[in-house]
Amino acid sequence: MRTCAESFQSYVLRPLGRDYGENLLPRGLDITFCDQLFLIGGGLIWNVYFAGVAIFFGFFLATAVALAKFSQSPWLNRPAGAFVFFFRGSPLFIQFFFFYSAFVLLPRVGIEIPLGFTTLTLHTSALTTAQVGALFVLILNTTAYSAELFYGALRAIPKGDLEAADAYGLTGFARFRRIVWPNMLRLSWPSYTNEAIFLTHSTTLVFLSAFPARQQSGEAFYYARYFVDQTFNPFVAYPLVAAYFILLTLAIIGTFGLVNIRLNRHLPRPQRARIRFRPQYLR
Amino acid sequence: MKKLTLTLAALALSATGAAAQDVVRMGTEGAYPPFNFINDANELEGFEIDLGNEMCQRAELTCEWVINDWDTIIPNLVAGNYDTIIAGMSITDARREVIAFTQEYKMPDPSLYAALSGTDSSVIEGGVIAAQSNTIQAGHVAETGADLLEFPTPDETISAVRSGEADAVLADGDFLRTIVNEAADLEFVGEPVFVGGGVGMGLRQSDTELRETFDAVIAEMKEDGSLNELLIKWFGEDTPVF
Amino acid sequence: MFQFCADPSILPDWQWFACYLTSGTHLAFYRSFLVVMLLLVVVAPLALGMGMLGALALRSHFLPFNWVGQGYVNLVRGVPDIVFFLFVPIALGQGIEWVLHQINCPDWDQPIRQGNDFIVCREAKMPPVGASAWVRNVYGFAMAVVAFALVFGAFVANTLYGAMRAVPRAQIETAEAYGMTRAQAFRRIVLPQMWVFALPGLSNIWQILIKSTPLLFLLGIQDAVFWARELGGAKTSLFTYPHPDWRVWYFMALLVFYLFLTWASERGFGWLTLRMSHGQATAEGERLRRKAVA
Repeated sequence: MRTCAESFQSYVLRPLGRDYGENLLPRGLDITFCDQLFLIGGGLIWNVYFAGVAIFFGFFLATAVALAKFSQSPWLNRPAGAFVFFFRGSPLFIQFFFFYSAFVLLPRVGIEIPLGFTTLTLHTSALTTAQVGALFVLILNTTAYSAELFYGALRAIPKGDLEAADAYGLTGFARFRRIVWPNMLRLSWPSYTNEAIFLTHSTTLVFLSAFPARQQSGEAFYYARYFVDQTFNPFVAYPLVAAYFILLTLAIIGTFGLVNIRLNRHLPRPQRARIRFRPQYLR
Repeated sequence: MKKLTLTLAALALSATGAAAQDVVRMGTEGAYPPFNFINDANELEGFEIDLGNEMCQRAELTCEWVINDWDTIIPNLVAGNYDTIIAGMSITDARREVIAFTQEYKMPDPSLYAALSGTDSSVIEGGVIAAQSNTIQAGHVAETGADLLEFPTPDETISAVRSGEADAVLADGDFLRTIVNEAADLEFVGEPVFVGGGVGMGLRQSDTELRETFDAVIAEMKEDGSLNELLIKWFGEDTPVF
Repeated sequence: MFQFCADPSILPDWQWFACYLTSGTHLAFYRSFLVVMLLLVVVAPLALGMGMLGALALRSHFLPFNWVGQGYVNLVRGVPDIVFFLFVPIALGQGIEWVLHQINCPDWDQPIRQGNDFIVCREAKMPPVGASAWVRNVYGFAMAVVAFALVFGAFVANTLYGAMRAVPRAQIETAEAYGMTRAQAFRRIVLPQMWVFALPGLSNIWQILIKSTPLLFLLGIQDAVFWARELGGAKTSLFTYPHPDWRVWYFMALLVFYLFLTWASERGFGWLTLRMSHGQATAEGERLRRKAVA
């Protein structure tokens, strides 16, 4: 039987690929508790990767889409509205299947776009991998949900602040950067924290849908399912993955809470928005 | 005396009648032509369906078919959702630790690599190979130097090769043959690989009586040639017969 | 279904499609949408019931009950729902068998968990040995319903608790002035009035529930996702209707179905909110009053 130290060495980085640990995963009666602890824990690396990168890109894209939706011009607000409706109105699980089956149909060598003087080649072969393709879907999904939150916040910016900006002669990008954007963030931050938490939870669906696992490297829940299938005992692997996610959720609440304090620092104490964990969104 | 014999005979007949009432539930995948698949009329069809129905008839059992996806087919047998697995499952030592097998009803079939036309056979050692998860082929690829790309259904392994996601697929020759023969863009590469034993029917380790019943029927079918007829019907003239 | 479908290989395009889209497997595909709707219809009242229990627990002054409520709600919020959807059916199944084993087979001396096997005596098996297919299907579906109701019950509990707290304090004070006990005030004043405050949250949870139904596929139920995957895969000539990889179209159809459900639900809840706002002391109620007078 493997000791915990051996399990740690063989499996904690195994989710990154075959070269980072033992080639074959433990099977059947060979599985120890430490195996499960470290392999599932290592898989969290991918959950953090998917959630972190998706939130990062989604944040900026969502700001753009929210501004588009808030604008007066129908050329901007209609497409933005349609985009938000599409990605919020359909299940993430189905979005994964749909986009994977679409990516599979793209030509392997990439798409050539003739631009007259040169030809642009989009290398699309990476899109069928989970690390790129599923990330793409997650980014679009979180953009839509966050855009809706930011849009609601844009509508709720206090009138007084905008009038003061006009009185100071702030226009265009300066007005956006100093007045509109910080207010938008402040008003939407508690809901955005919930959105971040739910995105992190949704990363468990990546390897459950069409995207395949290469070299048997997947995220935490993929390994939890593997262990349950091997040992027929759900009472070890699933509570482990649940515990890991509770810790991850608390970490997110903590980090976002710090940002919340900074966003509200100009307000008198009673008016500051506290982050209350109020789940609104799921995929 | 006569009355006693008659009553005993009547009892014996009704007992066999009662045995014929026992429902045996046959678990299969339904996504692995020509072994077992769901045809367009939403009925199960395939070599194993014909074989299963024939075996049940000969053993005087009432059989019911249950479809279960491949990844949970063994756990659900052990949990009791059905009584047998008849789904193109090769007999291996690893599986023997969990379930029991009847004798094989199909000889070991070489597994073949299929890839897009013109692919160099060096991909077998160093490329990305697609295989269905929890199969002997997936186990084999994991042990070679190639990159294993796992999919829950056999269909998806083929489309992965077509889309270029995988360089080649390793699967049972019988499954690949129909597909490669009809596809202009796919061909076999490299050498056949012999992994795993013949195909047998899986049962719970505690069901010794049922296993013996099916074993006897399979032996019977081997002897009178009906098994070979079914094999040739579904797998062509060149398939190895008993 | 049609006369000309007898030999599909000789049919021109649109007729081939007419036959293809009405084949046995496609009819099963269309029926599976009803399975999705059935799940929604069954889970919604159950989740509402669980949520009401949860909200009462959160409100309660009796500490252990309160702690159970808090623990339940926070656990479900902190853990990805897919973990519950996969854990609850198998855990509940094993739990029920374990209980039946203790009741029916008291003299069984071997441990239930042997290595990787979970072995109980024959009488403890659930569904019982020899049960027919429909019993097993219903049992599997019921396990899925329990898992969904548990998860969504926690969300509903949260929403209902917030709604109960949102009923204006003035209403409760008036009830106290009239001499009602806490329980009476709750039944007669808070409960009827909280629904209008609960509606936005409940409509949100309904939308979330709609979008969780594809996960039924992971519980082995032949739902729309199962059929989309099955029918979309490339088919050789072993099948009556051979075709290349068409999964993207099937998943697009599923997306359209869910978008339609979402849109219809939004409309439905909008109508309900309007109806419930009549006579309420909220901005919407006030607006309706003005409109009625004008």
